[in-house]
Amino acid sequence: MSQSYNRGLIEDFGRWKEFSAGMWAWIFHKFTGWMLIGYLFTHIAVLSTAIGAASGDAALIQQETDVYTTTIQGLESLFIVRVLEVGLLAVAVFHILNGLRLLMVDLGVGLSAQDKSFYASLVLTGVITVASVPTFMDGVGF
Amino acid sequence: MAERYSSFAPGGTAWLLQRITAAFLVVVLAFHFFQLHFVNHAAEVTFAGTQERMSTIGYFVTMVLFLIAGAFHGVNGVYNALVNQGLEGTQKKVVLSVLVLAGAALIAQGIYVAIAMAGWT
Repeated sequence: MSQSYNRGLIEDFGRWKEFSAGMWAWIFHKFTGWMLIGYLFTHIAVLSTAIGAASGDAALIQQETDVYTTTIQGLESLFIVRVLEVGLLAVAVFHILNGLRLLMVDLGVGLSAQDKSFYASLVLTGVITVASVPTFMDGVGF
Repeated sequence: MAERYSSFAPGGTAWLLQRITAAFLVVVLAFHFFQLHFVNHAAEVTFAGTQERMSTIGYFVTMVLFLIAGAFHGVNGVYNALVNQGLEGTQKKVVLSVLVLAGAALIAQGIYVAIAMAGWT
């Protein structure tokens, strides 16, 4: 079980032409991971307007014109932000589904179906993303 | 099982924590998306509404744990990705230091924000 294995050129992006489900799953997982951690830093930066709102005039919070509310509602009124949110959902859903798939691979469960489970992750991500579009685009002309 | 394609050396503390945080994040991230896009729409978020949610201690603790788990999982994931690409020696130590500092700063700022949201400042 614990014997070491030299992964060789698995991590070599130059092999992209030699299509294999496992390699693409690996590339997508890294790509979506980078997106998600990048988003987390951005997300906390935007939410940091809560510090200004909390220390500002309480009447502004009641009127919903504090800096936190206006920043978030201002961003949400932009079509491009909504599109990016749908993209974020797709990225997060794929990362979650592929992460569960990786857990199975790590545990040695269903190894023979590891390529099929990659395709299933892609299809399920697509279905969940499409199904979420009406909710995510609500109020911006979709 | 002669072949392993995992990006992480199994058996270590970081390996275990990466998986524990993953399991936690799957559940809480799904809850977070559902709560702030389907129950409450993101476009209708107000500070008053956020304060109402965050001043509930269970929600506050869940969100802070969500932040810590997300920051660790993300920063550790980035570090392992870079090590897999062949990062070694001094560069590896510098990258680790930068990522630890960035992760710690993210968690500190996030907790500060959470406290402000809850109205405890």
